[in-house]
Amino acid sequence: MNDLITLVASKYNYWAFIILMMLGLYAMIVKKNLVKKIIGMNIFQTSIILFYISVGAKEHATIPIIEHSHGAETHPIQAINYINPLPHVLMLTAIVVSVATLGVALALAIRVYRQYGTLEENEIQSQINQV
Amino acid sequence: MKAIAFITVMLCGSLIMFSTFEFPDWGDPQSPASSHLSPYFIEQSLVDTAVPNIVTAVLADYRGFDTMFETTVIFAAGLACFFLLRTFTKKSRTERLYRHSSTGIIINIKKGGKRPDDSSKFERIDSLWTPYDLIIKTTCRLIIPSIQLFALYVIAHGHHSPGGGFQGGVILGASIILLAISNDLRSTLRRMSEKASAIMAAAGVLIYVGTGLLCLLMGAAFLDYEALAPLLQSGRIMARSHGILIVEIGVGLAVMAVMIWLYYNISSAGKHDEGL
Amino acid sequence: MNQQFPALIIIVPLIVALVITIVGWLNKKWCFPLALAGLTIPLFVAVGLLLEVLEKGVITYHLGGWRPPMGIEYRIDHLNGLVLLVIFSVALLNLIASREKILAEFPEKAGAFYGLSLLFVAGLAGITITGDAFNLYVLLEITALSGYALIGMGNKHAPLAGLHYLIMGTIGASFYLLGVGFLYLMTGTLNMVELSQMLPAFYSSRVVVFAFFFCLIGLFIKMAMFPVHGWLPNAYSYMPTAASGLIAALTTKVMIYVMIRISLLVFTPSFVFVNTLLTSAMVWLAVIAIVAGSILALAQKSLTRMLTFIIVAEVGYMVGGFWLGNRDGITGSVLHIVNDAAMTLCLFLAVGSIRFRLKSDRFSDLNGLFRTMPFTMIAFVVGGLSIIGVPPTCGFFSKWYLIKGGLAAGSYEFVAALLFSSLINVILFFRIIEISFFNPQSGGKNDDHTIPAASGINEAPLGMVATSLISATSLIVLGLYTNVLVGRVIQFVL
Repeated sequence: MNDLITLVASKYNYWAFIILMMLGLYAMIVKKNLVKKIIGMNIFQTSIILFYISVGAKEHATIPIIEHSHGAETHPIQAINYINPLPHVLMLTAIVVSVATLGVALALAIRVYRQYGTLEENEIQSQINQV
Repeated sequence: MKAIAFITVMLCGSLIMFSTFEFPDWGDPQSPASSHLSPYFIEQSLVDTAVPNIVTAVLADYRGFDTMFETTVIFAAGLACFFLLRTFTKKSRTERLYRHSSTGIIINIKKGGKRPDDSSKFERIDSLWTPYDLIIKTTCRLIIPSIQLFALYVIAHGHHSPGGGFQGGVILGASIILLAISNDLRSTLRRMSEKASAIMAAAGVLIYVGTGLLCLLMGAAFLDYEALAPLLQSGRIMARSHGILIVEIGVGLAVMAVMIWLYYNISSAGKHDEGL
Repeated sequence: MNQQFPALIIIVPLIVALVITIVGWLNKKWCFPLALAGLTIPLFVAVGLLLEVLEKGVITYHLGGWRPPMGIEYRIDHLNGLVLLVIFSVALLNLIASREKILAEFPEKAGAFYGLSLLFVAGLAGITITGDAFNLYVLLEITALSGYALIGMGNKHAPLAGLHYLIMGTIGASFYLLGVGFLYLMTGTLNMVELSQMLPAFYSSRVVVFAFFFCLIGLFIKMAMFPVHGWLPNAYSYMPTAASGLIAALTTKVMIYVMIRISLLVFTPSFVFVNTLLTSAMVWLAVIAIVAGSILALAQKSLTRMLTFIIVAEVGYMVGGFWLGNRDGITGSVLHIVNDAAMTLCLFLAVGSIRFRLKSDRFSDLNGLFRTMPFTMIAFVVGGLSIIGVPPTCGFFSKWYLIKGGLAAGSYEFVAALLFSSLINVILFFRIIEISFFNPQSGGKNDDHTIPAASGINEAPLGMVATSLISATSLIVLGLYTNVLVGRVIQFVL
């Protein structure tokens, strides 16, 4: 039982991201409204961002900003005191990319709405099949 | 359909969960990710670049090429929304609402009707008509300069505290969008036209790429800021710090302009006559 | 200057794209010459790079002056150099051909179009030569975003098709990012060469297997491999003709290149080809892709849609050829990347000219086309012969290598699928040749005039015709020089 608790305590961040990812995937597949699909895509991307950030965590470590550079000469900088900065850098990029994709997706959705008058997939399909 | 999707998703989820048992523990200081590459960044970045914020140093110097493409991605998004949505239609055929400023009476000019000549007494309002609100307009007029000042602080202080070009650029863009929401889209377009924001977006990315090109022309590799030391008249390590500041300014400019450009195109669906 | 070539080849299209955006707002006439310069200079740089690689071996370039793994590294070897050359030649030919199409379809947004297509090409070039796994993701997204915008501006159902492509493409890229995340979690580095050195210690771990699967699934979605190919027919049929030659010819091929690069460099062949269950499953998947693509192509009534299903089958050739695992199969796959890009360019340029003149590409409107557009149809016929696999066009030689590889690996189903699809392609293309050559011209004014032959010729503008003919002759030239290509370049890939 103790083992199980330590196992869960050390891995539950990964399970959280998996659940979030599956939620996003389910929304993308099942929902019929285009905007809901786009939101599902966004949840999916956010879960991957969460995964990367949790990879970079370290126990008892502080944020990767070295306090007041004039004080840094007095005590040496040890890697164990600061969390891993690389996933944060990578995820800055990933967040910007997901915002950009969301912008283009919304622009396409506006065009779809202008053309068909609706955002529901089944109504659009029936309009296409009628033509 | 829903049942199949649900079963597929559960299957995928449990498969991936099955693999997590081999992951390193959460927060383990000895995990490969924390012990292979990042100790170099943490320990050496202050010595190499004189920038205390390690994330900014890695973002703009060690992995600066990635950041350049990230800025290009956001520029491409602004360009793509413009390309997809913008329609240059004639403006005279739609129905318009005008308000008489002294009495507050609203008049509705139908299609093809004659607009009031005296523009000092009549102002145009949006068709999704909201009441004239002095409080909102005045409050926003007071807040917006403070927001912009804070955004400039965030960009400039990216070296010493969390911040940097992207964060400051978004806040700057938000200040202009607040102007567009509190007043209306047309008055904001008069102050900051779409042409200005498009050219600023391209200029921001050009600052970034231009800095890299300058380093190339000075003989070093692309985006190697140490080559700029003779131009900036500082030591080689301080040249890196200044180089990071210059590219962050470029990034902030580009992100601000693209946020505004995106808002203009998406909120008015490309027609630029009425916003939200 | 030679040493800075790897950086220049990405920066030049990028800077020109930005300058075009600025200049396009001020004066539209400068956009086309700038775009032309923005693609010609990198083409020369790509030739220079390939010659340098042939002389000296692998070239590496450290961006920012930092050694990898601290910084990002660009790595050019034989495979890269070849694909880079293909990208820029295809892009240049398409640019010259697309000038009038842009003026016809969206005249006031020409600057934005040139900017987006140059960003697309810059992204593709970056994907080809990067040596860093996360940089690949960012470049993948630039390419994808520009592609979505270019596709979404087409006619009819283009925005919906573009939105579906966007959602599928983002899922694909996110899966790739997840795979890279797993690899980073296990090793702590992002550089491809270092990953290949550090991963062998973890080959038995489930995480690495999952990482490989995620990367592979992500790439399969992006390259429209059966069964996740659903976005391709709609997206490519409704694209604007100005962009079709560029996007159709290059996107899927560069994704296949990425799959080859990841399998051969990051996860070395000792990991990838060890499990025979995996390789035979992949080959079967490719077989189904080829058969399904060919049969669905038969059912189509319009030229562009037929071509999109042929693309699905061609992707099956390349993926199946790679997963055969032997020298001939991989050689055939790489050769087919080059050939298929050329063939698809030729066909889409010809169809673009037809759509420009006739405003439609349904089979019923193609009657007697040989008389009115002879040069375009000649280019189309050469492209069709290459897809069927008739010597001396290049399609024959890549099929030859694929068949040899299939026989050597004992995958008779792959060989059977190749022959089956060649047969179906014969039916498809001869049907079009029959309609356009033998059928009398459909109704209209031409029947009333009694002026013979010369009255009919209503060709597309010179730029389009010239590029169609250049791409058609390149098919034959590529075929004749296959020996050189394989012997001097592709041989060193393995």
